[in-house]
Amino acid sequence: MTSELIVFLVLSLVAVSSALGMLFSRNAVYSALFLVLNFVTVAVFYLLLGAPFIAMSQITVYAGAIMVLFLFVIMLLGAESLAPAKTLPWQRPLAILLAVILAVESIYLVFARARSDAFVAAPDVAVNSMDNLREMAMILFNQFLLPFEVTSVLLLVAMVGAIVLTKQVKGEQR
Amino acid sequence: MVPVDYYILLSAVLFTLGALGVLIRRNPLIIFMSIELMLNAGNLAFVAFANMYKSFSGQIFVFFVIAVAAAEVAVGLALIVEIFKTRKNINIDEMNSLKG
Repeated sequence: MTSELIVFLVLSLVAVSSALGMLFSRNAVYSALFLVLNFVTVAVFYLLLGAPFIAMSQITVYAGAIMVLFLFVIMLLGAESLAPAKTLPWQRPLAILLAVILAVESIYLVFARARSDAFVAAPDVAVNSMDNLREMAMILFNQFLLPFEVTSVLLLVAMVGAIVLTKQVKGEQR
Repeated sequence: MVPVDYYILLSAVLFTLGALGVLIRRNPLIIFMSIELMLNAGNLAFVAFANMYKSFSGQIFVFFVIAVAAAEVAVGLALIVEIFKTRKNINIDEMNSLKG
């Protein structure tokens, strides 16, 4: 049992239990904080997998920006806990059944596919070394330049969309 | 070195928990967070496969997924705020008409 395996097992326990905590806590603020914990553990998994840049992006963008936005909206709306509404009696058992089917299917596929020799691309150099960032930047700005630019347009459109959606039109009564 | 299978397994479990959250919760904010959890599980699988095949393409795809998730959250939360302002309530069961 290597130390890396021990780290993996402990962290996966933390990740799964924080996801469960996110699902079942009554207060939406606690859910958001559990999700931050989950994102941080996933960032550590990225570090273990030799992807430091993705790990740092995960922490700054997900755990930082996105979850702060979530917490801000939860507190702005006062939506910490909704009043219990009339629920469909069969919804929860059906949902759990469907989730179990999904889990069994995906786990089966992982182990069925893992045995077959899939297509293996020629490895890019230096995936696990300190040249990681430089190599990744070279690929991002050469091979993936168009998607990169399209992403910047997408972010601009999202920004304009968010402003237009919440803009108060002058003279309009709400 | 942890086998890549373990990471894929963990990613499948996290994805399932996210799907379960979408199905059983009524608060649209928590449904949104569950969607983020599913995106994150997909990202974990991408990075695991990138490590397995020693290729950077998976990591770059994760980078794009993170950017798209940020855009999605900005627009989605703006929509939720707007719905709350017009209906004073964000119970998902009562959002059954497109007309505001």
